[in-house]
Amino acid sequence: MPALPIFDFAPYRLSGTVYDALLNDPLDLASLGEAAYQSPYKMPPKAPVLCVKPRNTLAGTGDTLRIPVDQEALAIGATLGMVIGRTACRVPVARALDYIAGYTIVNNVSIPHDSHYRPAIRFMARDGFCPIGPQVVPAAAIDNPDALAVRVFLDDAVAQTTTTAGRIRPTAELLAAVTDFMTLQPGDILTLGASHGAPLARAGQRVALEIEGMGRLENPVVAEPAA
Amino acid sequence: MKTARVAYGGAIHTAYEHAQGVRLADGRVLPESAVVWLPPFDVGTIIALGLNYADHVKELSKELTVTTKDEPLVFLKGPGSVLGHRGQTRRPTDVAFMHYECELAVIIGRTAKRVKAGHAMAHVAGYTVCNDYAFRDYLENWYRPNLRVKSRDGATILGPWFVDAAEVPDPHDLTLRTHVNGRCVQQGHTSNMVNDIPALIEYLSEFMTLQPGDVILTGTPEGVINVNVGDEVVTEIDGIGRQINTIAGDDIFGR
Repeated sequence: MPALPIFDFAPYRLSGTVYDALLNDPLDLASLGEAAYQSPYKMPPKAPVLCVKPRNTLAGTGDTLRIPVDQEALAIGATLGMVIGRTACRVPVARALDYIAGYTIVNNVSIPHDSHYRPAIRFMARDGFCPIGPQVVPAAAIDNPDALAVRVFLDDAVAQTTTTAGRIRPTAELLAAVTDFMTLQPGDILTLGASHGAPLARAGQRVALEIEGMGRLENPVVAEPAA
Repeated sequence: MKTARVAYGGAIHTAYEHAQGVRLADGRVLPESAVVWLPPFDVGTIIALGLNYADHVKELSKELTVTTKDEPLVFLKGPGSVLGHRGQTRRPTDVAFMHYECELAVIIGRTAKRVKAGHAMAHVAGYTVCNDYAFRDYLENWYRPNLRVKSRDGATILGPWFVDAAEVPDPHDLTLRTHVNGRCVQQGHTSNMVNDIPALIEYLSEFMTLQPGDVILTGTPEGVINVNVGDEVVTEIDGIGRQINTIAGDDIFGR
């Protein structure tokens, strides 16, 4: 297991609980076209789509991402992480940002999968599949969390350039919708959700994520040794 | 040994069974209703099984697109959903179908990474009862079951007791029962699990390292029906414990 120095970073000690928003970029659903209205989905999602990144997935910058033996590549989900600063239950949209202590970069790593219906958690919950860091930037230092440049590098080449803008639910709306049914505690992380078109990283590559004003989260990718 | 964690008189205590209720580690004996029951262990990752009882699979067969031949249906729940024995779970006014699920909860005691089934039970610390509520109206077909259905505040009740693994000679020979307002509505037997505990630990630990305090909710048998505000839901497993939960309305939560 990788060490977790990130747990004691300023300005907030992380609880280790991470909820990742999925399909929050309208391009995700748009790319499905009519399929979003057909079986098994039947209709586009109404509530936020979320997954839990359990504690075995947490990692810091520099920790190794391992590709399982039966896979070619990992999907790199570069996303903004909101670090909760105070107990957040049913927060109104207008005051939602007041509940955020700071922001960090989260890499929602997954094994590429086509179905969004009921994908096995082994695609998302493998050891080390949630690097976070390299720091938590105080909320006051981020002018607008919904207008930040996001870049993904594979080795030294830019693999994806997007922003945090244009989400189905921007930061405040997402936090309000989630805390309507799930109370978040100080140190919990809720991500905004990655942009459509996750780059694929292969063994031997070095993945680096940058979000404007938040630094660089870097992880080497290796092939997992056979069991 | 069976241990609980309770709040009483300004502190959190380890507590033990007693004929008159519970005995705190400091010697005080109290009625069961005089203490606040907390989850009986430090809860780590909450791993839940869907459709892990053959009879429940049959019960839901009309809406299923999977069969038990596929890999185990596993989902994760957030720590905010956890409650202890004798708590209240909120039933939102707009819900038409909210149901309990009585489940054997398996608590990991020793780190497990790529553990084969034959060695899996050595990684189990103990057991407790879980009521793993579902709010079916909120079910959507994206990353099922979505957190709004299963990971709501108050949706995962654990306790009352942490039962040491050594006290449970065969966890696959236990009867589970749920009573709603005194009427038996669900009954099953842990021998009917599709994937038994060693198989689950082997499956999970292949891709995720299980750590002490992680808990596997092993699924529920058939017999899930709607519960309403004011109902008392008692989930019980022979030799493990008898857990009470009450369904509360929006009003007491200020909604």
